[in-house]
Amino acid sequence: MSTIKPFLRLSGLEPLVIRPETNFVNVGERTNVTGSKKFARLIRENKFEEALSVARQQVESGAQILDVNMDDALLEGVSAMTTYLNLLQSEPDIARIPIMIDSSKFEIIEAGLKCVQGKCIVNSISMKEGEEKFIEQAFICKSFGAAVIVMAFDEVGQADTKDRKIEICHRAYKILTEQVGFDPQDIIFDPNIFAIATGIEEHNNYAVDFIEATREIKRLMPLAKVSGGVSNVSFSFRGNDHVREAIHSVFLLHAIKAGMDMGIVNAGQLVVYDEIEPTLRALCEDVILNRNNDNNEATEKLIQHAETVKAKGKVEIKDEAWRKEPVEKRLAHSLINGITDYIDEDTEEARQKYPRPLDVIEGPLMDGMNIVGDLFGAGKMFLPQVVKSARVMKKSVAILTPYIEQEKEDRKQAHLAAGTVNEETAGAAKILLATVKGDVHDIGKNIVGVVLGCNGYDIVDMGVMVPADKILEAAEREKADIIGLSGLITPSLDEMVHIAKEMKRRNMKQPLLIGGATTSRMHTAVKIAPEYQNGVVHVLDASRSVTVAGSLLNKELKTPFLDELVQEYSKLKEGFDNKKSVKQYLSYAEALRNKVAIDWDSYTPPTPSFTGTKVFENYDLNELRTFIDWKPFFITWEMHGNFPAILTDEVVGSEATKLYNDANALLDKIIAEKWLTAKGVIGFWEAASNHDDVEVRTENNKFQLCFHRQQIKKAPGQPNLSLADFISPATANKKDHIGAFAVSIHGIEPHLERFEAAHDDYNKIMLQALADRFAEAFAEALHLHTRKEYWGYDAQEQLSPEELIKEQYKGIRPAPGYPACPDHTEKYKLFDLLNAQENAGISLTESLAMYPASSVCGWYFSHPQSQYFGIGKIEQDQFKDYAARKGMDEATAEKWLRPIL
Amino acid sequence: MLLKQELQKRILVIDGAMGTMIQKHHLTEADYRGERFKDWHVDVKGNNDLLCITQPKIIKGIHLLYLEAGADIIETNTFSSTVIAMADYDMQNLAYELNVAAAKCAREAVNEYQQKHPDAGPKFVAGAIGPLNKTLSLSPDVNNPGYRAVSFDEVANAYYEQIDGLVNGGVDILLIETIFDTLNAKGAIYAAKKYFRDKGIPELPIMISGTITDASGRTLSGQTLEAFYTSVMHANPISIGLNCALGAAEMRSHIEELSQIAACYTSAYPNAGLPNAMGEYDEAPHQTAHFIEEWAKQGFVNIVGGCCGTTPDHIKHIADNVRKMQPRPLPVVETTL
Repeated sequence: MSTIKPFLRLSGLEPLVIRPETNFVNVGERTNVTGSKKFARLIRENKFEEALSVARQQVESGAQILDVNMDDALLEGVSAMTTYLNLLQSEPDIARIPIMIDSSKFEIIEAGLKCVQGKCIVNSISMKEGEEKFIEQAFICKSFGAAVIVMAFDEVGQADTKDRKIEICHRAYKILTEQVGFDPQDIIFDPNIFAIATGIEEHNNYAVDFIEATREIKRLMPLAKVSGGVSNVSFSFRGNDHVREAIHSVFLLHAIKAGMDMGIVNAGQLVVYDEIEPTLRALCEDVILNRNNDNNEATEKLIQHAETVKAKGKVEIKDEAWRKEPVEKRLAHSLINGITDYIDEDTEEARQKYPRPLDVIEGPLMDGMNIVGDLFGAGKMFLPQVVKSARVMKKSVAILTPYIEQEKEDRKQAHLAAGTVNEETAGAAKILLATVKGDVHDIGKNIVGVVLGCNGYDIVDMGVMVPADKILEAAEREKADIIGLSGLITPSLDEMVHIAKEMKRRNMKQPLLIGGATTSRMHTAVKIAPEYQNGVVHVLDASRSVTVAGSLLNKELKTPFLDELVQEYSKLKEGFDNKKSVKQYLSYAEALRNKVAIDWDSYTPPTPSFTGTKVFENYDLNELRTFIDWKPFFITWEMHGNFPAILTDEVVGSEATKLYNDANALLDKIIAEKWLTAKGVIGFWEAASNHDDVEVRTENNKFQLCFHRQQIKKAPGQPNLSLADFISPATANKKDHIGAFAVSIHGIEPHLERFEAAHDDYNKIMLQALADRFAEAFAEALHLHTRKEYWGYDAQEQLSPEELIKEQYKGIRPAPGYPACPDHTEKYKLFDLLNAQENAGISLTESLAMYPASSVCGWYFSHPQSQYFGIGKIEQDQFKDYAARKGMDEATAEKWLRPIL
Repeated sequence: MLLKQELQKRILVIDGAMGTMIQKHHLTEADYRGERFKDWHVDVKGNNDLLCITQPKIIKGIHLLYLEAGADIIETNTFSSTVIAMADYDMQNLAYELNVAAAKCAREAVNEYQQKHPDAGPKFVAGAIGPLNKTLSLSPDVNNPGYRAVSFDEVANAYYEQIDGLVNGGVDILLIETIFDTLNAKGAIYAAKKYFRDKGIPELPIMISGTITDASGRTLSGQTLEAFYTSVMHANPISIGLNCALGAAEMRSHIEELSQIAACYTSAYPNAGLPNAMGEYDEAPHQTAHFIEEWAKQGFVNIVGGCCGTTPDHIKHIADNVRKMQPRPLPVVETTL
């Protein structure tokens, strides 16, 4: 049968069990306004976040419990304790350890107890004000589950001698265990450590009294603990840390031997007993144990010795040279390094230096953020760091805001007085973001939202698949200052053009930002910008969005910024139009004649292992994991480079490794807890080509697949490619096949919702990125098995993952809507053939994006000469022929084929 | 105490999901409103706790199904019956009444069942105390980590009122469950201790059931299982356990750990697996029961049952499988080092 030992058990986020073999527990003392000047100053100046670094330093230096004390006459103790403890709870690396709530005011203790989920220690209660109060306070501590430190203090006063200490502690013990129902192991005594070597003879035995009382207390009440504030003992040597540390170390050696369990110490500043120089150590021994101390002899000796070693005090070296720079440089330094410690004073200094508070934002702060943007663009900063910079920016702006408001108010009053009318808008600029209709991709948009949000903008995120009228209505209703559109699939480009046209029709004024993987400066310049006159800006990546938004929202910068952009875009458009005209195109008939030359007579098409479809209900994610191509994953996070080289890259290596480790940890979880399900279907059917069509025969149906052909004039000997070329023509009389696949990753929504609810954008984006990688990996895996088994035309293939990524396999798997077969509407046929909606759980939006977003589909071609290529632009003759073959009216066809017309 | 006597003898079975069973009735907005709230200014469909007042027959019927399936402990339909959670429906003032009504539904079901089966042995009503929709340890504002949407006193007061309703409605046990923020649970414990001290009546047994939200083995508020147990030990609970978020397969290692460190009885009522792609729980009754049977065999548990997605059929399978098993013996709590 198992047993439970009566150990003192405490907890933060993790448990702390104090066993006999635990030896000595360090309680970090620096988060105490009475003991640390720095901490006191930070709290008094309301720099709570900076004060967290003091706690972190204590934890990093080995504190196992953190003592927090806010007893300062100038502080509102209850609110200071509440604020600080609430903040501490949000720092997992600190909240890991239990908290000791330290105050001489019980109301502050109670306030602290209300903030901490773990089992705390209350420091302290005593019988100073009588038994009744003591019992009442003990009951409250118990109802919060806290252990208590009982000070050896009673109605008469603080116990100084050994006997008084023992007597008071024993009395308190009986009351707590018998009347309040305390577990003995939850009782910790503080038998008072007083200063020795003060020159007053009565004080000389204080250390001995403590040590001997401890021994007796532990004998009488073995489950109870003994603690104490160690630095008190050396109080008379304050200013001489070197000697103080030696005294602490010697004192603890003896007190711990006597049974002291824990002590409040400056974690990280304890010297090792053996490392103390022998002379000093011997002197400390005498003073602490009150030996050779008649007429303060030992004390005098230690004081004399202390003088000689005073100079050896340690100096904290920290590179603060940047603090001597001018304020603009300092602000930039803080922004780039994400330092909030000095932002208040630097902002204030800048505010006084510049004529208007707004100038600080538009001057030094924006300059700093531009450097951040440039560094980010150059790959020298990483998204998590940019978010940190943005936070610093936000803090600074928050300091300036009241002044800006005041200025506005003053101007308004001046206008009112003068009778002139002035329109002032109030509040943060609002930016509305949406992924356009028909598109479900939103990773990039989310990142932009986070970065802009951190910059103090008010973000209205409308989500995905948002129709134009919804976006524009919301923009008008919410009085958005900027509209940002995102999209990943090619039809989204047209939707963006449509929205630009609509904005013009509605006479809107807001600038329009364009972003997303398929968007480009060229497309924006050529297709979107001409449709709307009040500013259309292509934004390359999330970091750029900050400077772009900043420029657009600044009344003085906006016009020059847009003018410059208009010039740049019209140059781009001009170049594009010119280039277009110099390209030479063949007639469609000529292009058809220049098809891929394949000798079908001497070729035997491979036969698949089955015809019809094969469904994969719940494909093994562990296998898919080995197929993941990490490069696009890092691109999602705006880190560009090859994998795995990126992990050891001089500049981005450590961030990339962190990201990679986080991704893998999440992958472990996704797989272990079955968050996601991989569902897919593949199929093979008999097929024969007829010019640019491919006729597919299923058991009881026929499908006509329509392909395009390159029409640009090629170098002599180079064919004008069409995918149809890779299927044997009906006239060749060979039994050829075509294949298709559709795969999808399901189950992401509840987890995204959870991350969203927890405001955890990082993991949300991470999960979306990984689901996308899984979908691609799934396509890759099925293609491999198709080549080796299901179609089996290359059973011997042995390719490394790198070779797979470089597409060095035989045969291809192009997707409708991509360069080789740019018509998205062919997806309908692919979906029908595979019954993909049912078999892979994928539905098509009106723009023919697939939902769930992490889905991939495509055709399989097995011919060894088949290759990936782009159709490029086609001419009117092919367009008309294609529409006729497809039986689609020309207006509809034009809508879908616009990218290649 | 009767409950303690039963726990020494056998593994007790607690009931399964209430929400899943309510869904099967396909209730409309009008059904939720009933006559009394037909003009209420807020939509109330989805306020399952309200059904204790507007559709008590349905709730009692569900309790009876679980009793017939073999449950020894049934939970009141009061997961959200607090002034804080009811704010979603602007029904803060109903909090007390909801708890009384729910306790009565459960109590009547037990009485009815025992009349029909006089030899069935004791059955218990546990007053379900849910986690609230606001947390004390986590800030809802990512930019302001020190912010809290609710205060400890508000939480403790809300639970105090709920406990008052449950006790006056006649429950046998207080069950603080689905704890994802330990500080909220500490608020409930604080309220319970204060309530019984204020009223000068003997404490009802307290069951505590936390929720491990993922494979890290931590609560949503970040505590490890042992840290969580250490933080609520002072409730002196009759049992400590886990429920919700995980299926039995994922919960096993945690309930094993808990069985080793708990000085009191242990409980476990997992979901019917993890939700599938459609968000539905599809673990079959015999599968859930199979997992739980193994826990019983290993001596991990004293109280077992089901959470989200489980049905009377699950409970019947669980009850049948653990009926003959020995309960986990309580560890010896030593008093010397």
